[in-house]
Amino acid sequence: MRAYWELAKSSFRRHSTYRLAAFSGAFTNSVFGLIRASLLLSAISTAGGSIGGYSAVEAATYVWLGQALLSPLGIFGSAELASRVKSGDIAVDLSRSVNLTASYWAQDLGRAAFDILPRGVPPLVIGALVTGLSLPTSAGPYVLGFVSVLAALTLNFLGFFVINLLSFWVVEIRGYWMLYMVLMNLLSGFLVPVTWFPQWMLDFARATPFPSMLQTPVDILAGRTDGAQSLALVGVQLLWLAVLLAGTQLMVRYGSRKLVVQGG
Amino acid sequence: MNSQTVDRPAADSSPVTNAKLLRLLVSARLRSQTAYRGSFAADVAGQMMLALTEFVELYAIVHNIPTFGGMTFAQALLVFAFASVGFSIGDLILGETDSMSEAIRTGKLEVLLIRPLPVLLQLMTSDFQLRRVGRLVFALIALAAALFLTDIQWDPAKVALFIVTPLAGAAIFGALFVGAGAVQFWLLDGRQFANAFTYGGRYVASMPGAAMFLPLQVFFTFVVPATLVAYAPSLVLLGLDGPAGIPSWTGWLGLPAAVVLWGLMLLLWRAAIRKYTGAGG
Repeated sequence: MRAYWELAKSSFRRHSTYRLAAFSGAFTNSVFGLIRASLLLSAISTAGGSIGGYSAVEAATYVWLGQALLSPLGIFGSAELASRVKSGDIAVDLSRSVNLTASYWAQDLGRAAFDILPRGVPPLVIGALVTGLSLPTSAGPYVLGFVSVLAALTLNFLGFFVINLLSFWVVEIRGYWMLYMVLMNLLSGFLVPVTWFPQWMLDFARATPFPSMLQTPVDILAGRTDGAQSLALVGVQLLWLAVLLAGTQLMVRYGSRKLVVQGG
Repeated sequence: MNSQTVDRPAADSSPVTNAKLLRLLVSARLRSQTAYRGSFAADVAGQMMLALTEFVELYAIVHNIPTFGGMTFAQALLVFAFASVGFSIGDLILGETDSMSEAIRTGKLEVLLIRPLPVLLQLMTSDFQLRRVGRLVFALIALAAALFLTDIQWDPAKVALFIVTPLAGAAIFGALFVGAGAVQFWLLDGRQFANAFTYGGRYVASMPGAAMFLPLQVFFTFVVPATLVAYAPSLVLLGLDGPAGIPSWTGWLGLPAAVVLWGLMLLLWRAAIRKYTGAGG
């Protein structure tokens, strides 16, 4: 347990060294937030007040919470494991007495804990100033929202981990990575809320784990769902968590047998 | 591709010209990209999917409303298609400068500097990304569909504008990529900062400009000329009036803006290369 705590702490420190990266990330997330918010607001005003259950201020809140959370949630993933497989350093990871998945997860949690302040707060402040935010006034949504963020962050981690683990079998994973990113960006509600989709696409998105990775925590934090609905949504997240976890464990088990590390 | 030259360059006794060096670099790149077939196929599919999702994003908004930013679905599709063609050509040729900070950090830039060719030319050709062609193909299909669905009253000036627009768009995005690469010499960890202008510019370019807040309209027209890539020329072609921040006469500014932007970005690039002191490799 202690080893994982140390891993998370060192990952937090590692990311806190790159202040300029955090600042420029926050800047870019805010610019995209401005563009996305204005597009959604324009569409809603043409529609006469709301689309897919989102009023103007609710859609703006959706955009700003999404922009604030996308770095902490790890929407763009990490290819570290795959590059360690390529270089052979993975042999060191596998010979350690810690669980491979858990050690990478601990590092991702450390990264997220750092990202939440410098990358998360600026888009929210700009959103509050430019469009206003509609946030819940009771504690419930925040508590459940925190759980949901944690679940979504883990789901994102596991999703990218699966893609990284493919490198045990194939040398180059960039294409699979690309395909995964594209699907995830669209179906997670990162671009527009999934309830804006045509019905057939909405049904398809809901059959995947992707809405659990972004739309769910954003909606819960914004107080769009009542207690029972929020609990059900977190339940869906946990279900996908179990599925992905089982998948990664199988892949680690069979993949490390398949793995060939060159040289010493 | 002449595989003879590639396989046995030493046996060829004619002098090594720049053109020959470039051909060598490009063909080696192309072969390396297709070496891992599974990943390459997924890559091409991913690029087409990427273009498709960009379209679906627009569709997910537009299918809810009769007009978006004063444009019908077909008219918005024309904007999207122009922007996609321009961006995919710019990205195909110069998209690699986006990862300049990595080239600096790993010392790859030093390898480029000791070769007897301009760095920018090497970046343009040596990392030619075959997979990105998938995106261009999709963009061209979208453009054909938009032409079929919209009703344009053609005259010679509009025909000229139609031909110039994707080329000027490619030049504008190419210049933005060069600028993004250049600023990374100063902001090694600030790569994402440049994304606001390159990928943010692509995002803005592919949407009806009137749907944006007024300050964004002005900024992305007169500072970063993203609306000049597709939206402003589309207004002229369709005979529509522009919003306050993007008057319809700006539709003719694409080419001049591209020329000015290239001048500025090349100056920035030269200053960046001069500033470079090496990674200690």
